[in-house]
Order: sequence, then C-alpha cells, then structure tokens
Amino acid sequence: MSAQPKLKKVFDRPQCLKDVPYHYCPGCHHGVIHRLLAEQIDNFGLRGKTLGAASVGCSVLIYDYFDVDIVEAPHGRAAAVATGLKRARPDSFVFTYQGDGDLAAIGTAEIVHAANRGENITVVFVNNAVFGMTGGQMAPTTLEGQVTTTSPYGRSAAEAGLPIRVTEMLSTLEGTAYAARVAVDNIKNLKKAKAALKRAVTYQQKGWGFSFVEFLSSCPTNWKMTPEEANARVGKEMADYFPLGVYKDVRAN
Amino acid sequence: MSKVEVVSERCKGCGLCVLACPKKNLSLGDEYNAQGYAYVKFSSDGKCTGCSFCAELCPDMALRVYKQEKK
Repeated sequence: MSAQPKLKKVFDRPQCLKDVPYHYCPGCHHGVIHRLLAEQIDNFGLRGKTLGAASVGCSVLIYDYFDVDIVEAPHGRAAAVATGLKRARPDSFVFTYQGDGDLAAIGTAEIVHAANRGENITVVFVNNAVFGMTGGQMAPTTLEGQVTTTSPYGRSAAEAGLPIRVTEMLSTLEGTAYAARVAVDNIKNLKKAKAALKRAVTYQQKGWGFSFVEFLSSCPTNWKMTPEEANARVGKEMADYFPLGVYKDVRAN
Repeated sequence: MSKVEVVSERCKGCGLCVLACPKKNLSLGDEYNAQGYAYVKFSSDGKCTGCSFCAELCPDMALRVYKQEKK
C-alpha cells in the first residue's frame, strides 16, 4: 500500500478580497499590493471592522475588490476622510489607499496635516511615478528625464523640480509614528513589504499613531514598457532615487 | 509532487511568475483565454517545490499552489 502523500494548498486568495478579476493592466503591481493589504486585514481578523478611504486614480475602484466598507474620497482627500472615519469610529481599523498623483499632488496638504496631527490611521501609498488613470501625465514623483505625456522631452529639474520623496518628508514630522518604503518587484522585497504592512497595522491596532507605507509600483502601460522591463525599472531606477527601507519606527526596541 | 494550478481566465500573461520561478517551471503559453491574453503554462517534471514565489508575485492571483506534504 503506497498511500499517495497529500497535497496541501499553500497559496490561496485572501478572504476579504472578492473573487473578481481586476481591471488593472497586465503586470501592474496594484494587484499584489491589494492582496498584501487584504492578507493583513485577514491576519488581524479585521474584516468586519475595517473602513477604507479610496483615492482617485487607478485604484478608484478598490471597493469592487475589497469585501470591506470603503468611502470614496474626493481627489487627494482620502487622509482627511480617514481622519473623520477614525474619529467617528475609533474602534475601526481605518486605512487609505492612494496613488502618487493623488497623495503627492492634489492631496499634499491633507497627507502632511494628517501625519502632523498623528492621526491613528494607516496610509498605503502606491508610487508609480506617473498619473496612471488619466493617461500618463507627469506626477510630482516622476523621475528626472522620464518621458510622460506632459513631459515629452523628459522631466526637467529646472522647470519641474526634482521628485518628492514623500516617505522621507513625512518621517520628519513629529506626528508620524511609522514610515517605510517598500517594493514588490521580487520575492525578497515582497517579504519586507509584508513585514512593513504588518507593522503599520500593528501601530494602528495598538493606538501608536500615524503609520505610512509607500510602495514603489510599476506602470507598464504608461511607461511604455513590457511588464518585465517595468518590473526591472522599479528595482533599479526607482529604488535608486527612492531608497527602500524603514525610515521611522518610534516603537522599535 | 508539488504543483501550480493556473486559473487561465484570470491570467493576463504578464510573465512576472515566469521571472519569479527559481526552477523555470512556468512559461508563457500560446493559447488564449476569453479576454485575449496568452496565459502561462505550468510544466514541472517533478521540479516544483511548492515555494509559491510565482503566486506571491502574480498581480492577478491566477495561480494556486499545492505543496507536497512530507511522508
């Protein structure tokens, strides 16, 4: 009798993600980042008491994918909406999910002041260095020399300045308790991203203050690259200008 | 034997899993799904270890991984 050893399912979709296809382009990192966040919501058992604030951008339809309550914020105002959600429902887990065109451009005031007030919320910031949904315009995080539809000769530092490093900027504020920059371009970075997100959720659960996780993401469509090339660019050009790592962790012992 | 199941209708053929697999068990196929994407194929010859790197990096959760339990 040779009993066939059993196969164990070691990877499956998180419970709080709906079983529907994403509208994202092939190779876009949004899908992975959604899953990582959903895994943490499941991990902490927060599905029933999670409130999200969605941004405007490619992730505007996040409520179609997460099986939690999500409020659609006006462009850039997700951090302000999340402030209200958290203050009205302090027992809830409140997160925002914002792109760089949303958080770093029109929403700069909201994110800076939410961080400075030390609101007990978790912000997931997806930086793909371009305005994705609207057709690939230059964003505040677009790298110098990068060609976009509104910088056809490449971003010029003389005209547009250099890209904003949001994580570094926010980590200088007293109210920010946790700030990290991660990427999901390879398995090593993905493990670190998971750890950073878990830490960020822990911060909110313990009431330790404002937690912020920036993800470097690819945008194959607007970078005019194949998914493979775009994925490689995240690890090289993007990570060169936006160094990965934990910038602030006030409760680290 | 560990294995990967491809949910062909969810795959967008981006190929990130092909890059991720340390054993080169995944490859872009030549068959198309209803959305018009050429989806990935899994062929292992017993080399798959069930590490799940492919599924972890798949943006569309189109892969399910089954790991062989130790006897």
